[in-house]
Parts: sequence; C-alpha cells; structure tokens
Amino acid sequence: MNFKHKYLFLLPGLLVLLAILIFPIGFTVRLSLSSWDSFYPALDFIGIENYVRLFTDDARFWEAFGRLSLLSVTTVFLQYVIGFGLALIVWKEIAFQRFFRVLFLIPMMTTPVIMTVIWRTFFHESLGPVNDILSHFNVAPLWLSSETLSKFTVMIVEVWQWTPFMFLLLLAGLLSLPKEPFLAASIDGAGPIRTFFYVTFPLMAPISIGAIIIRLIEASKIMDTVYVLTSGGPGTATETSSFYIFIKGLREFQFGYSAALSLTYLIIMIISFTIIAKLLVKLMVRGN
Amino acid sequence: MTKIKGVSGASLLVAAAIATQASADQWSDKFPHIKNTGDIAGECSYESMSKKDYSGQTLTINTHAVPVMGEPTALHAEQFAALTGAEVNVIHTPAGDLYSKAMVPFQAGQAPYDIVFGFSNFIRDWKQYLEPVPAKYVNMVQMKDVTQSHIDVNSWDGQMIQFPIDGDRHYLKYRKDVIDNPVYQEKYKAETGKELRVPQTWKEYAEMAAFFNGWDWDNDGELEYGSAEVMKKDDLMYAAFFSRSVAYSKNPRVKGGFFFDLETMEPLINGPGFVEALTDWVEATKYVPPGGINFGLGDEINSFGGGQTLFSFSWDDAFVAAMQDDSPIKNKVGAAPLPGSERVWNRVSGSWEDTYNQAPYIVWGWTAAVAKKSKNHEMAFDYLCFFANDANHQADIAIGRFGVNPFKKSDFKAELYVERQGWDPEIAKQYAETLMEMEEGSTNRVFPLRVPGVFQFNSAVATGTSKALAGQLSPQEALDEVAAEWKKIVKRIGPDTIREAYAIGVALEDAE
Repeated sequence: MNFKHKYLFLLPGLLVLLAILIFPIGFTVRLSLSSWDSFYPALDFIGIENYVRLFTDDARFWEAFGRLSLLSVTTVFLQYVIGFGLALIVWKEIAFQRFFRVLFLIPMMTTPVIMTVIWRTFFHESLGPVNDILSHFNVAPLWLSSETLSKFTVMIVEVWQWTPFMFLLLLAGLLSLPKEPFLAASIDGAGPIRTFFYVTFPLMAPISIGAIIIRLIEASKIMDTVYVLTSGGPGTATETSSFYIFIKGLREFQFGYSAALSLTYLIIMIISFTIIAKLLVKLMVRGN
Repeated sequence: MTKIKGVSGASLLVAAAIATQASADQWSDKFPHIKNTGDIAGECSYESMSKKDYSGQTLTINTHAVPVMGEPTALHAEQFAALTGAEVNVIHTPAGDLYSKAMVPFQAGQAPYDIVFGFSNFIRDWKQYLEPVPAKYVNMVQMKDVTQSHIDVNSWDGQMIQFPIDGDRHYLKYRKDVIDNPVYQEKYKAETGKELRVPQTWKEYAEMAAFFNGWDWDNDGELEYGSAEVMKKDDLMYAAFFSRSVAYSKNPRVKGGFFFDLETMEPLINGPGFVEALTDWVEATKYVPPGGINFGLGDEINSFGGGQTLFSFSWDDAFVAAMQDDSPIKNKVGAAPLPGSERVWNRVSGSWEDTYNQAPYIVWGWTAAVAKKSKNHEMAFDYLCFFANDANHQADIAIGRFGVNPFKKSDFKAELYVERQGWDPEIAKQYAETLMEMEEGSTNRVFPLRVPGVFQFNSAVATGTSKALAGQLSPQEALDEVAAEWKKIVKRIGPDTIREAYAIGVALEDAE
C-alpha cells in the first residue's frame, strides 16, 4: 500500500470530522462576523463589530460570567467533597453495598429538566411542600425570589443532580487503587485519617483532577436548571453565561451576536480550564 | 408528534347525503365536542368540511404544548382528518420556542410546517414568510363576526396575514364576594376611610390589595393575598408591565406613539408615566403571595383561579379558570376594565395632567398562519377556518384550559355564558360588557408593539423591570437602562425600518 492509499482510507474519517466539528466551528466564526438577526437573516460581513460590542458595551455578559464562575466552582467543589465521601462509604465492604451504589446514582439518571420542575415545585414559596413544612417553625424562605437565596437554590439542585457523577468516577478510581500502599501504611501504624491524607488522597489526585475538570466543563454550561427554576431571575440574580447566550440567540434571535458570545465564551473556557488544570496538578499532585 | 389519519371525506359526504337533512344532531353525535350547539351553518362548518376530500394529503402543524391551544389544535385536527380524509400531523412546542422553531426554517427557506401557531405580535418578523389570508376567507360570513380589533391585530397594513382563532386582552379580575361584601366594605371604610369598590385606579388597587394581604378573608383556613401577577422574568412579564403603564402613559390628547415618539423614534419607556407604573409594580411585590415575584402565567392562573388572591390582571385564562365548574370560587369573581390613574403624563407639554385616565391594552394573543412555502395552502386555510367555525369556537371558549377566548361579536352576549356554562347572570353580563367595552367602546386603546426585532425590545423590558422588582435598580434606573438598550436596538435595526413598522400600530391607536 502506497502513501496515497493511506490518505484514501483516512478520507472518510476526515470528512466526518470536517462535517461534525470543523464546519460548525467555522460557520460559527463566520456567523459571528455577521449581523444575522430576525430582521436581516443573511451572512453579511460587519467585521469584528459584534466583538467590539461584547467587550465595550455588554456588562450583562460579564456579570453573567462572574455568576457562572461562582456557581460552577462552588457546586463542583461541593460535588467533589460529597461525592468523595459517598465513594469512601461504599468503597469498603458494607451491608447493602450494591443497593447504596445504585441509590447514589439515581439523581444522575433522572432527566435534569423534569427533576428541576419537581425541585421548583418543592421550593414554590406559597404552594410548595418545603415552605409548608417550614411554616410550622414560622420560617418561609424565599427560595426562588430572593436575590441571594435563589443562587443557593440553583446550587442545591445542581449538587443533587451531579454529585453522583463525581461519586461514580471517584468510586471507580478508589476501586482501581493498588493495595500495597495501604498495607504499608497499616504496617506503619497509620490510622484512617492519616491513611486518607497521606495515601488515599494523593493516589486519587490524578483521577480527582480529571473528575473535577470534567464536572467544571459541564457545570460551566449550566442552562436547563436556571431556565426552569428561575429564568435567570429574580432580576438577573441567577443568569449565567450560557443562559444569556440562549436569550440573545433563541429568544431575541440575534444569531450573529450570540455566535460572537459563544466563541468568546469558548475561548475563555479553554484558557480558564487550562489554568485550572495546571493549578490543580500543582496543588494536588506536585504538592504531594 | 400526533399523527391523525382520517377516513375518506367522500364517505362522510355519502353518509351526509343519505341523511337527507344535515341536522346539527348528526354532527354532534359524531363529534361530542359540539354537543351543546350541534353544527352551525357556515363556510367552514362540519357540513361544509365534510364535502371536501383531502385524502392522500398531509397537513403538518406546529402548535403550542398541551393543553393551552395545543389541545384544541389536536382535537380539531382529529375532527378535520375525519371529515376530509387528510392526514394531519400535530407537533407540540413550548411557548418560548414557538417563534424560533418556525423562524429557523423560515430563514433557511424550508417549509416543515404548513401551519404555524404563535403570538400575534410575531407578525412583523414572520409576515414575509406567511401566505396572506385569501379573499374568500376574509370576506366570508364567519369572518364578518370577528371584531375589528382582532381583524387589526391579525392584519398588517390592511392585509390579513394571520387567521383569527383567539381573542386576547388584559383586564381586571377580582373577588366579587369580597368587594361586594357589606361586612368587608364597612371594615375597610372604618380602617382606611375609603370605599371598598372595584378599583378605579392602580393606587386604589394597591390600597385594597395591601389591606386584604396575608389573612384568611374567605375563612377557608388558608392565608389569602392581595394580587397575583405575572412577574417572572421572561415569562410574559413585559405584557403585565405595559398593562400597568397604559393608564399613566397613554394620553388620548397626545398622538404619535406610546412606546416611541414616531417622529424621532426616541423611546418613551423611561418617561414619568412608565416610571410611575414601575414604582407601583415594585410596591406590588409587598402584596403578592410569597414568591409572587417568581410567578409566571401558569402560577397567576392557578393562584387567582384557586382562590388565593383578591385581584389579578392578565389574559382571560385566570377568569375562565375561576369560573369553571371545578373551581372553588365559581360565580364569586368579577371582571372589570384595567384600573386607570388620577393623572396621565403628557410628553408634549412635559407635565402631568391631573385628570382621570384609563386605556385598554389590546395585548397580543394566540394566532395561526399558513407558511408561504407550504404546498397545501387551501387545505391549511380550510383547517384554520374549521378550527374557528362557530360550533368549535363556542365549545372551545367554554373550556378554560384550551386558551381560546372571545374575539367574535357574537361572543359578547351574556346569555351565552349563563346558558352554556352556568355562570351567574350578573357576572356574565359584567364579563361580556367589560370585554365588549374594550373591543369597541374605548377611544384610548394601546396595541402591542409589532416591529422588527420585537423580542429584543420586550426582552430588554423584562430584564430592566425584573431588576427593579428584585431591588437591583430603582424604577427610574431600570427604565433608563431599558431606554438605552432600546436606542441601541433601534440603531442596529435602523430607525426608519422600525418607524415604518411602528407607524402601522400608531395609526390604529391614533385613528380612534
């Protein structure tokens, strides 16, 4: 087989790659340089006007980005801590181990939109069961309409929904750890806490970093929870970047501008995750 | 997606021919939905449709999710299929996605749907992709019964683009058993020194709502509240804000625009009238049920319809829900025009006029249209005509969840609601008169904004007003922010383009 034949066999794969990856990104780039909207649906060329607008005249996008950072970092941190805890519980031989493993995974297997509707019903301030119960203690938190508490409510739903994913990855990691370091620690007389901090946690660092990055990527796209739970409100208290891009693109039909928002957001995310990954490696692996 | 395939229209025709007279009973036996009226003669009656044969043809409809508008669309599709032999595919879409689900293929030059359901204020953005309603439908007897307001709402520059299937307006709903209660009237007088009556102004509305907020005034063991309103961001809240704004800002002596100054295309949204309305609205957060700031339309309907609040204002649905047989407050509610104000802003003189003002808001509502690129224009228009025929329409308006509301002159007869829906005669009279007055009595109406990029303008209003409701900004700051955003949108789309479209709505308002 000569050199040309090799390329011939690669061609189908390359074409698929072109169709599903390169073309959409290329088209988005082109779209971001146009003013395509509901009134003028065409790929005209307006240069970097959309990007200038974004960087000089759209504080709302950057506010939404700040909010997203807060929500995603906080929820992923909580998911990691809780997920690790649950994984440690079912890692050892305990009664009903299989039952608990499945039980802990259930939230992740439910449909996010449907579950968010149920959470919204729970937290409905005048008709929901949560405040109905709390009213017996003369407490009626404004879960969805307080500027501060609504963020907390979004976090609760996100942590509930996605902790199982973290649990699943960390449990798989725990189950794959070698036994020798634990035996050595045991012989040296290390207790469970020292074993965790000096053996389990360092050994789990690479897996933890992978799990955290995967979840951060997912959490940074948070959209359905916000859409169903609060519509970004009250005011703009829970509006995140992806929800804002959704509004500009599919509510206001500013396709050109939303393409510019999406690409900028993508670049920021790539840079952010690269830095976060390096920091995590530094802290969790090399720090060891 | 629902697929409905009909039996041959011809076979039904034969059956109809055998039964020598086309009686109402014959059709209501087959279609129990119209059991109260039977078929009603007309160009698109059951009898007329049974004479059409669309066997082998397929009609695809994009409509709203079940039940509001989605349920009647599917029901009438099933009936239409049975009568004509057509295959009808009904696709249900959430309200927020109706615009984009049609607009994306429209812009791509595709026609996946023969009929698209949506809101009447989509008209400016959609019109170039829609087939105007043919003259034979515009001139038919059935259409002559449609009120002029709803002909206007569905037309663009005199040409009917959308097919009238529903009527919508915002009006006040109140608990008649409370407002008319002599004990409460006395209590209110004693504590406030004022009369308890149907609120004539938004200030009265606020005072009464605050008075009846947070205590069990209907003795059902539950707390009741002052008002249920659509305050959730991006859930039609901007329409509620405009309803509160019209009294302060629509001055019958000032022509040339409510939302913009038509001459300069300067936004008027941050004028003192709008700011006063938003200030009232922020105050209203104190007398809505807990979490009321997050109420969407569904919450509002359930809250007032379920007997939780004294007042409500928006579309008909909350009133119809309250008057259904299964409602705990059936025949305990009243309808009235939107409250007015004791002063109205004059933007020409730049001062308040201390005179009572009231202005109906003919808010947009459900409508449907036929795609220009559809290959089944005649069948599609026949379906819409059948949807809105007299028998179907009268049955539909009796079912609250259908979301079909009065828009025909013949709808505004009190006896219709007394005989068919068991309403109290006084309430039915008040309801019919209130709606009729809004349709034909007022000379100070406001029509919805129908300009290119309407969603950008409304989205800016929703964002700004929701910031004020959440306490993030003062009413003036919030509306200044909205006005600044509106200016940018006007600049982007072009002031002349917006003016040209806006002038059509202004002409309707100023002609009065």
